[in-house]
Amino acid sequence: MAIVYQKSKGLTDAELHYCPGCTHGIIHKLVAETLEEMGVLGNTIGVAPVGCSVFAYNYFNCDMHEAAHGRAPAVATGIKRVSPPGTIVFTYQGDGDLAAIGTAEIIHAAMRGEKFTTIFINNAIYGMTGGQMAPTTLVGQKATTAPMGRQREHYGAPIRMAEIIRTLEGCAYAARVCATDIPNLNKAKKAIQKAFRLQQEGAGFTFVEVLATCPTNWGMTPVAAIDWLKENMIPYYPLGVYKDITEEVK
Amino acid sequence: MEKELWKGNEAIAEAAIRAGCKYFFGYPITPQNEIPEYLSAHLPKVGGCFLQAESEVAAINMVYGAAGCGVRVMTSSSSPGISLKQEGITYMCGAELPAVIINMMRGGPGLGTIQPAQGDYFQATRGGGNGDYRHLVFAPATIQEAADYVQIAFDVADQYRNPVMVLADGMIGQMMEAIEWHPVEKRVLPEKTWATTGTKDQRKPNIINSLYIDPNLCADHNVHLAEKYKAMEENETRWEAVNTEGCQVLFVAYGTPSRIARAAIRLLEKEGIKAGLLRPITLWPFPGKALKEAAMQDSVKAVVDVELSMGQMIDDVKIALEGCRPVSFVGKAGGVVPTPAEVASAAKAAMGR
Repeated sequence: MAIVYQKSKGLTDAELHYCPGCTHGIIHKLVAETLEEMGVLGNTIGVAPVGCSVFAYNYFNCDMHEAAHGRAPAVATGIKRVSPPGTIVFTYQGDGDLAAIGTAEIIHAAMRGEKFTTIFINNAIYGMTGGQMAPTTLVGQKATTAPMGRQREHYGAPIRMAEIIRTLEGCAYAARVCATDIPNLNKAKKAIQKAFRLQQEGAGFTFVEVLATCPTNWGMTPVAAIDWLKENMIPYYPLGVYKDITEEVK
Repeated sequence: MEKELWKGNEAIAEAAIRAGCKYFFGYPITPQNEIPEYLSAHLPKVGGCFLQAESEVAAINMVYGAAGCGVRVMTSSSSPGISLKQEGITYMCGAELPAVIINMMRGGPGLGTIQPAQGDYFQATRGGGNGDYRHLVFAPATIQEAADYVQIAFDVADQYRNPVMVLADGMIGQMMEAIEWHPVEKRVLPEKTWATTGTKDQRKPNIINSLYIDPNLCADHNVHLAEKYKAMEENETRWEAVNTEGCQVLFVAYGTPSRIARAAIRLLEKEGIKAGLLRPITLWPFPGKALKEAAMQDSVKAVVDVELSMGQMIDDVKIALEGCRPVSFVGKAGGVVPTPAEVASAAKAAMGR
């Protein structure tokens, strides 16, 4: 019988710890498939963050580092700068990691045009610690540290990272995609492929923000969470390619 | 061998290159700026990379990434900057990553001053970061020693898979002295089979990590680390004993104060008082046994701890002496340096004269 589909060689056999309905697993798959298809798994070093994807080092089937909270871009900088040409480096970070505690590290890595790829998972909440407010939590969205909902006058409005990163000249590619359905996953895969390909070509820093769901901490079923993402997150975090040095971007 | 005149910070930077270090990540801070400045000019010439980071926090995490790839890498800073690096240092101890960290100490607390001090002894020897960890701390007292121990530090770091700190007061960084580039001791080092160099599809992935979420595994990891630290205590403790045999006054001092103590020894000699010096070269592991042996001689009337702080190493001196001898203190903090005469008179006061 012909094999029509199988797990990517870019993933290990370790059982994922993610909650039911969480989209981390799907995004892991897209990254792993991309690395496998490019034939670079043996020359790839990934960096896991602190947060829900803290155990990503157990899931990607390549050399991995576990970084301190927010420091993945600095760790990736160290790795890329000392590794031989042809080494592929990526960070996989959540919104607390990248857009709060690690803001300086991501901005400066992008500014320097560090030749690695960042996969940024934006689910508008701190998942691992149990649903606290993130810098990406929407105004009015409830969190355990914002029980009445995020208030603009107290915390300001959420941060849009893809829009910030694209302003830096060192950034070769910045896109925002979402992990809600097959058409969007296909677009997400294309963005991830483009980011890694541009890294391979030495174009500069590449960044893919993925809007993701957190049914557990949003207090919703997986299906309702996907609907909530589409209705609430996408209007505030518009999808699209924000920078691509190989193409004219609108 | 021909002697050359070198500034401390530049000698440290050159020593790193001679030890095969090709990578440096740092952030400017006085009084250590000549280290990154020298390396920014010279590392590219040896095919290496110098990178000025956006912060000390970023710099030490770049070191973490580089060290995980198996290369020799160094960072340097001064007191407030070293505080920021503590996160990375505990992660590196947890993940067992070798690297060399220079702390060219200035006065504190807080921003303090840019003048020489030794107020970071606790931070360096107790671990300024979280968790049960230790790292070796070399305390050079001359530019020659600084050049030698930076080179040795890379070997020690690689042997134990652990960061090593070279802790000097700003005087050592800013002073110029004649030194020679003689060969230093070399060790047979294990291959870095744990490094993340890409699997090349030939082996299972290597993972650089300090997370052990299962408490039993985390407990085992701590036992493993403790065994390593014990081996360092047994094999790496270094000190210098100067004139200690039959001494009446025993000074304990490291770095620049050890040189002031030497001058005080000569002053006391003129007054017929025999004084000696026990100088720790490693602050951790602390040479407690050697110190106790010297201090327990019948001839010893006073043990005097000399520091550029308000008294930090004195805790280790007291622990080593186990209450068997009283310990006096003389020192100044905040960038002011005591004179040999002040140190000599503190010794006489301790003797009851």
